[in-house]
Amino acid sequence: MLKNTASTACPRRSVGSVLLEFFGSMNLAITLLIVIAIASVIGTVLQQNEPYTNYVRKFGPFWFEVFKSLGLFDVYSSGWFLLLLGFLLFSTSVCIWRNTPHMLRDMRNFRLDVKEKSLRNFHLQAAWESGHDAETAAARSAAMLASRGYRVRQARQGEHCTVAAMKGSAGRLGYIFLHVAIVVICLGGLIDGNLPLKLKELRGELRAETRDIRASEVPLESTLGVDNPSFRGSVSIPEGGSSKVVFLQLRDGYLMQQLPFSIELEEFRLEYYSTGMPKSYESDLIIHDDGLEQPLRQTIRVNHPLEYKGYAIYQSSFGDGGSRLSMRAWSLDLPQQEPVELQSGVNRSLRLTTTRGERTLEFTDFKLHNIFPVPEDEGSGKKFRNYGPSFIFRMRDPAGEALEYVNYMAPVEVEDRMFFMSGMRSSPAEDYRYLYIPVDAAGSPQRFMQLLAAAHDDVRVRATIKQQLADMVDDDEASRDVQEKMIGSISRLLDLFVDEGIAGIVKHAEENVPEEQRQGAIDSYINVLQGVLGVLYVEVLRDEGIMVADGISEADNRFYDDALNALSILGAYGSPVFLQLNSFEHIEASGLQITRSPGKDIVYLGCAMLMIGVFMVFYVHQRRLWVYVMPHEGGASLLFAGSGLRRREDFEQEFRTLQGELQQAVPPV
Amino acid sequence: MSVPTDYLQQEFKQDSWLRQLRGFDWLWGLLVAASSVYAHVRYADFMDNYEIGILYGTAGLLVWLGWTWKPVRQLSLVIALLSLLAISLYGGELSRGESNFFLKYMISSQSAIMWMSALYVMAMVTYYFAMIVRSDFSARVGSALTWSATAMGLTGLMVRWHESYLIGQDVGYIPVSNLYEVFILFSVITALLYLFYEQRYQNRQLGGFVLTVVSAAVAFLLWYAFARGAHEIQPLVPALQSYWMKLHVPTNFVGYGGFALAAMVALAYLLVDRRPSGWLAKRLPSLEQMDDVMYKAIALGFAFFTVATVLGAMWAAEAWGGYWSWDPKETWALIVWLNYAAWLHLRLTKGWRGRPLAWWAIIGLFITLFAFIGVNMFLSGLHSYGTL
Ligand code: HEM
Repeated sequence: MLKNTASTACPRRSVGSVLLEFFGSMNLAITLLIVIAIASVIGTVLQQNEPYTNYVRKFGPFWFEVFKSLGLFDVYSSGWFLLLLGFLLFSTSVCIWRNTPHMLRDMRNFRLDVKEKSLRNFHLQAAWESGHDAETAAARSAAMLASRGYRVRQARQGEHCTVAAMKGSAGRLGYIFLHVAIVVICLGGLIDGNLPLKLKELRGELRAETRDIRASEVPLESTLGVDNPSFRGSVSIPEGGSSKVVFLQLRDGYLMQQLPFSIELEEFRLEYYSTGMPKSYESDLIIHDDGLEQPLRQTIRVNHPLEYKGYAIYQSSFGDGGSRLSMRAWSLDLPQQEPVELQSGVNRSLRLTTTRGERTLEFTDFKLHNIFPVPEDEGSGKKFRNYGPSFIFRMRDPAGEALEYVNYMAPVEVEDRMFFMSGMRSSPAEDYRYLYIPVDAAGSPQRFMQLLAAAHDDVRVRATIKQQLADMVDDDEASRDVQEKMIGSISRLLDLFVDEGIAGIVKHAEENVPEEQRQGAIDSYINVLQGVLGVLYVEVLRDEGIMVADGISEADNRFYDDALNALSILGAYGSPVFLQLNSFEHIEASGLQITRSPGKDIVYLGCAMLMIGVFMVFYVHQRRLWVYVMPHEGGASLLFAGSGLRRREDFEQEFRTLQGELQQAVPPV
Repeated sequence: MSVPTDYLQQEFKQDSWLRQLRGFDWLWGLLVAASSVYAHVRYADFMDNYEIGILYGTAGLLVWLGWTWKPVRQLSLVIALLSLLAISLYGGELSRGESNFFLKYMISSQSAIMWMSALYVMAMVTYYFAMIVRSDFSARVGSALTWSATAMGLTGLMVRWHESYLIGQDVGYIPVSNLYEVFILFSVITALLYLFYEQRYQNRQLGGFVLTVVSAAVAFLLWYAFARGAHEIQPLVPALQSYWMKLHVPTNFVGYGGFALAAMVALAYLLVDRRPSGWLAKRLPSLEQMDDVMYKAIALGFAFFTVATVLGAMWAAEAWGGYWSWDPKETWALIVWLNYAAWLHLRLTKGWRGRPLAWWAIIGLFITLFAFIGVNMFLSGLHSYGTL
């Protein structure tokens, strides 16, 4: 192929032509195609543009530096990769430059001047004598070929006349389209790429900001004006909020890009499938622009962006925009309950002075729906259950240690009893371990909290124990201080139980009771505690005004068991308070991506050419036919020959059929 | 210099392409047109304008296909009838899929796909048998099996489409949206491409080889269904809810199909090339012919893959806000594309033929496979369909 294309370079060997030779060479082109393909792999196996700290952790400081200097963390805009693309671009251009002219010429040139000798060397040829005289034979062949869709020319040179026919020359245009398309696409891409930013950065006019600060505080050297022709950034706007800037991620930092208008998020809507998967998310946007007489309102969805003044605004993600939370804090330590009302919100924090010292509450997230699969064993037909709203917060102690909690607002049904559910974990790596606080008739944790408070109330506890023991001991000095001792140790046991749960009791036994009697001791401890707590529970019921004279109801009994279970793991819960969510105001945030890419249309033009070109190149191929006619003994002798650029096999078939038809049009004698 | 005179041209006049169409061709055209209009009216509420455009575009394509490659008609008719039957049997109730015998064992999407799987494997075995014993009859049986497998596969997809809407109006989607579904598409398209060349060259000897790659896909399909429950119809994430899906994915898989076909032919080529006068050589097509098929398959694949990648870029521009993000899936598409571009240049401009290019075509298939499953398995990115 190359024989009649590339190698027709000008003979003069100036430096320029040598360079042309080099860049236009097919070998370079093919090498580039392969090298670029291989280089592109890097960026797919190595996560690009992550925070540098991640890389350091992954590769260690040494390799981090090496990779960084090679630009491997942002391969596709690293100098050497762009250079490779540049080479391909140049090579393709040179290739077009050198091939186009003669290809165009070739499309028009019928090669009427072929010599008989060269035709005889063709792979596809046939010769025969016919009764027709040369003139007619030529005319008839020409007509036949023309009727088969060939473009035909005839010429008579002295004795003989030549019929030259050609078809599918457009295939050559295909080549030109295809390769020009590649150049066009690359150029369009260049316009939209971040090369300009790179240059500015090199000139020191730009610096990526790495601190997490408010937009107003971002320094000028990290800010891009509205004159920046192309960028691709993102911003998260809470409902009711608005933004005049977007942020472009740049390696381990970001740049702030100003917009000529401001985007307000009126409302964000998230819809779910029954499986809890998000079905759609959409944002009602309002564009405020001095250019507009009234603000522009538009709803965008994934796959349905908003185009405005060459800026495209896309729905890309969502999150919490600082939902307001009002909570009731129940102390888990105090001897009498007066719950405290708290106000805060997501992404905000709160300082509490608790029985265990200073605590900071950092509210990290709020979820309106928590849809989880229902475990198979549960007989209900439903596949999924919505556990309703929940909020997540971290509780940090002065030492900086934090525990993470997730509390559900609505009581959750477990084995047809209702509980407040609160999960705790000490690191995101773990699963939550859940505390189930039984819900009283009024639908509040009140009763449980009263019981807990009572258990913390030393006076009350001692009184109760005393009562319990009263009938066991008789009233004399000796037994009275035995009693005192017992009261002391039992109340200590109780404290242990509510502070550390069963574990505490067991530990206590292990420390004070010899191996063989231990189990017995533990059982009797539990008995005693149950007795005491039971009495306290009855008192709590009585305070609620429930008649307990004639026995305790089945429900209240079960409540007691659940309460004991809750108490026994309270120790591990690790928090001095329980936060109950009373009410909330859900504020969502919409993650928008905003781009400006003037090169897009150029790229699309290139794409169109590419698609047309590639099909032309493959499915329109140039074929040439010649009928060389000479007078021969009153008749004429015909030499029919053909050459096709590609698809020899197909062309050979076509040639043979045409030969047959030709031999009917101009029959052999 | 003179130009041929008209009366002479009249003498040799040949009917134009359209004139050569017979009554049946027009009937076919009418049928397709009518049914697409019906589909339009019937399902107007479920389609936006783009999708309506796609509907008629597809109809046009189908008419043209049926004219240029006649068997497509029978195939489409069978698929249409089976699908309509399934739809009427369902009568708007998914549960019938369990209760109704015919649905349960024949043409509920899952059963149809099982039939497809079985038939493709049988076809492969038959083709190999035919090749070994040189029996033309068994070879024909092989083609028949392949045709029916293809019919079942496409029916399965059509019915699955309907089923997805029976699960929920808001769930429904065209079943080319996750790894499970595109593997069905891949098998079907590869088989169809092979059948085309089979008829074009009037020679069935390569059937076994090509059906091997299809059967491999089928094997994966079965594993994926039984081990991972991938056949469960899951609703689409927002990013995939777009008409682009209907353009981008099928185009892409014509590309993959072409590359797969080329690789299998290349394999046959290399086997013959090792012993030019060996036992296989007597049973397989000539080296020239295989080389030719290999080139044509890659050309076809390349052309469609180019279009698919462009469509993908346009979709990306609409969904993610950038026509090119160097996302792993995109990047691997580019890698595949560059690879075959190099292949084509070596063949066309450097005149390479035969063995090296055959090897390259086989390696090319592995690169393609990685682009199409590997990326979802090993790399993370924006492409949110089917991870393993
Ligand atoms: C991304 C880069 C390129 C792509 C995707 C590409 C693609 C193609 C394709 C698909 C063909 C048709 C092959 C066939 O018909 O079998 C082709 C032909 C050709 N390409 Fe490229 N090409 C690229 C770069 C280049 C470069 C850099 C050169 C020059 C050094 C070049 C020179 C040629 C030539 C001479 C032909 C033969 C045209 C003909 O005679 O019809 N290509 N190219």
